[in-house]
Amino acid sequence: MTTGDTRQGPGAGGGWIDEALREHDHAEALEAAAPARPEDPAGRPVLPVADRERQVLDRIDRARRRRPRVREERITMSHGAGGKASRTLVEAVFLDAFRNPQLEPLEDAAELSLSGVRTALTTDSYVVSPLFFPGGNIGDLAVNGTVNDLSVAGATPLYLSAGFILEEGLPVADLLRVTEAMRDAAAAAGVRVVTGDTKVVQRGKADGCYINTAGVGLVSRDVQLGVARAQPGDAIIVSGPVGDHGITIMLARGELDIEADIVSDTAPLNGLVARLLDAVPGVRAMRDATRGGVATILNEIAAAADAGVLVREDDIPVRTEVRGACELLGIDPMYVACEGRMVAVVPGDSAGDAIAALRADPLGADAAVIGHVTDGPPGIVQLKTAFGGTRIVDLLVGDPLPRIC
Amino acid sequence: MRFVDEYRDADQARALAAKIAALCEPGRTYKLMEVCGGHTHTIYKHGLEDYLPESITLVHGPGCPVCVIPMGRVDDAMHLAAREDVIMTSFGDMMRVPGSNGSFFDAKAAGTDIRMVYSPLDSLKIARQNPDRQVVFMAIGFETTAPSTAMTMLRAASEGLSNFSVFCNHVTIIPAIKAILDSPDLRLDGFIGPGHVSTVIGCRPYEFIARDYGKPVVVAGFEPLDILQSIYMLMLQLSSGRSEVENQYSRVVPWDGNLVALRAIGETMELRPYFEWRGLGFISHSALKVREKFAAMDAERLFSVPGVRVADPKACQCGEVLKGVLKPWECKVFGTACTPETPIGTCMVSPEGACAAYYNFGRVERHRVPEAAVVGNAVAGNAVVGNS
Amino acid sequence: MCLGIPGEVIELHPQQPDLAKVNVSGVKRLINIGLLADDPPKPGEWVLIHVGFALSKIDEAEAAAAMEFLEGIGQAYEDEIKALQESLIE
Repeated sequence: MTTGDTRQGPGAGGGWIDEALREHDHAEALEAAAPARPEDPAGRPVLPVADRERQVLDRIDRARRRRPRVREERITMSHGAGGKASRTLVEAVFLDAFRNPQLEPLEDAAELSLSGVRTALTTDSYVVSPLFFPGGNIGDLAVNGTVNDLSVAGATPLYLSAGFILEEGLPVADLLRVTEAMRDAAAAAGVRVVTGDTKVVQRGKADGCYINTAGVGLVSRDVQLGVARAQPGDAIIVSGPVGDHGITIMLARGELDIEADIVSDTAPLNGLVARLLDAVPGVRAMRDATRGGVATILNEIAAAADAGVLVREDDIPVRTEVRGACELLGIDPMYVACEGRMVAVVPGDSAGDAIAALRADPLGADAAVIGHVTDGPPGIVQLKTAFGGTRIVDLLVGDPLPRIC
Repeated sequence: MRFVDEYRDADQARALAAKIAALCEPGRTYKLMEVCGGHTHTIYKHGLEDYLPESITLVHGPGCPVCVIPMGRVDDAMHLAAREDVIMTSFGDMMRVPGSNGSFFDAKAAGTDIRMVYSPLDSLKIARQNPDRQVVFMAIGFETTAPSTAMTMLRAASEGLSNFSVFCNHVTIIPAIKAILDSPDLRLDGFIGPGHVSTVIGCRPYEFIARDYGKPVVVAGFEPLDILQSIYMLMLQLSSGRSEVENQYSRVVPWDGNLVALRAIGETMELRPYFEWRGLGFISHSALKVREKFAAMDAERLFSVPGVRVADPKACQCGEVLKGVLKPWECKVFGTACTPETPIGTCMVSPEGACAAYYNFGRVERHRVPEAAVVGNAVAGNAVVGNS
Repeated sequence: MCLGIPGEVIELHPQQPDLAKVNVSGVKRLINIGLLADDPPKPGEWVLIHVGFALSKIDEAEAAAAMEFLEGIGQAYEDEIKALQESLIE
């Protein structure tokens, strides 16, 4: 099928390759201009292999710290996956446009001062498909997710808004189920839905129902939270087994002919967070583990704190069935979304108290220390495998599980 | 998980590390190639190099079926996908492979109907559910996956489905290994043989490597202990001057392969006279195409594809990485211009590509276990290092 | 792509002889066992699964032999370490 015709690729979509190469050549030129190193007769620098490798790794590190830019011409599903592309989009488009001190930290909620009163504000959108799944429905996610974003900011969640975008043709019975779930979830979390909006779009858009929420809470505790505060020696804790929600959704889509006893872990974490903060006032940071999974949060910690992170594969709690499903699908559970789990960074010597406090709550029964912040290579998350070797855990590229929350 | 966890025991790993190190002749270096991308992935994912002495270098081979697809074929696939009447179905690994004008992923974002599947059977299901559309399955993979494509085609035929076809890019492993062996760039001491390909083709096809080239081959499983044990078996052969084919993965790989699978391939496909491999050039009798008898399921016959040969971007050194001549980090654009997010070449975009594996997992200082530090006590067991 | 996972056959499909339900760590799925037509698996046997097909049976005897070897060196290694440590104690 091949003809004699050869074309020099790539074409229209490849402009960025040329640009990337120019940047690369520029960086190389700078390096070449650096002070002389011992050379062999052929004029090449004489360096042991390990050092040459180290040089390349340093060069890559510098490349990764470059100003983020969105290279794609169109939005792809990766931009919604919670990994690298999402991050780049947020930084290069939204942060760039709106830049202000409240937005900069890019935590799960923004901390505001309203007439001197510390408040937290968060927003979320829920586009999960299917709407109903084992363990709950989009309504549960909407309330719990918003409550959790406020809770991990150290705020007591108080009021939510709920904006509905409904698809023409959605059965009203379904909408009732969703709303009832939200009512119950709000009651369980001790919050109120105080305002909302409804729009209807034509059949074919909105996949049944999309929900957007905003949440407001009071930061009444004397806490200063943020991943940038993490320091070498701090312990990293996860409140329970990871990956339940993402896998549940994948299976609920019914495309895979897989049966398993896995349900979404959607739950409000405000009670759990309160227990933790009572026991360990010195908590450095907390994050709600959603899209992108625990791995994304570990990378955010390493990047914001400009420190290393080392976790142990053996210590990360994963349910057997979730692990089985992940193996079948070739997915790493560390990147799979949760909807009722949090990651906390606490001073090393408070780890024991933190675990005890979390385990006293049914939602934290399987809480575990999964690793530590280290003075290893900054910005890099390393994992000690069950096997004993070491590897990296990078930000997710691409999108293994689309539309899971 | 049974048949998985048992092969991840750290203590046994350290024992093997000590034994491997003990067999290394002081002052001698060893280059062992793991052919299969799945092995490369496991090696980096579990940090296996921490268990090997410095004198053993693992060279990554061309056994990544996504990596070896030349850009022109990707363009052909994109051309098929762009047809209004076609639903293109593909494994996830192909979604982000760059063609001249972007990848499947990019095309999907622009509205092309491309769907990810986990099995060719899923593709068949889509064909049944969409009788008014043509469903094309992008068939990639070595002999491991070809039987599944073949069985799916046979199924489609028995169901009388008329809207299912295959764009066949299956490649065969032996010609690639031979190309490596004949390459003047490389001096290898032994091969960690493909695991799952061997469940289909058996172990006999590798005999020529041991017999004619004098290199030992050990067919290896995919768990970390499998690979370490295989390396141990290779070192045993090397230290006693043997060159044979051995099967470490005997719990899964039958020496004679899988006859039903081979028959299914034989019934539905035949060897192309030649096929272009990214980085390795044209190799004769190295790829499969759909047989005449199944022409109605051959996407290349049903639809026309441009069939243009596209050269790799100038900066791309995938070819040398695939041959094992360069380590991923030795490629000029590794990690800077070429990253998993912005891949220039296939080695970075496939989950089994050496560059992707190294970038995603291996970019870290080696923390060699103490057992791997002491080489050369030829009597295995004397090289034990205490936990002091 | 080389991804092959071990799974236990739970039951054969009553109507379709080339389909079987397998269990992978509590997760169940239907797969095609057509490639094992010469020696079809029975419930309780283990198979290697690749893209929805069983490629091969997992030979329990071979697996046991492999484990014995590994456990053997693991144990021998532990014994050696112990011996080494004990000899140092003098």
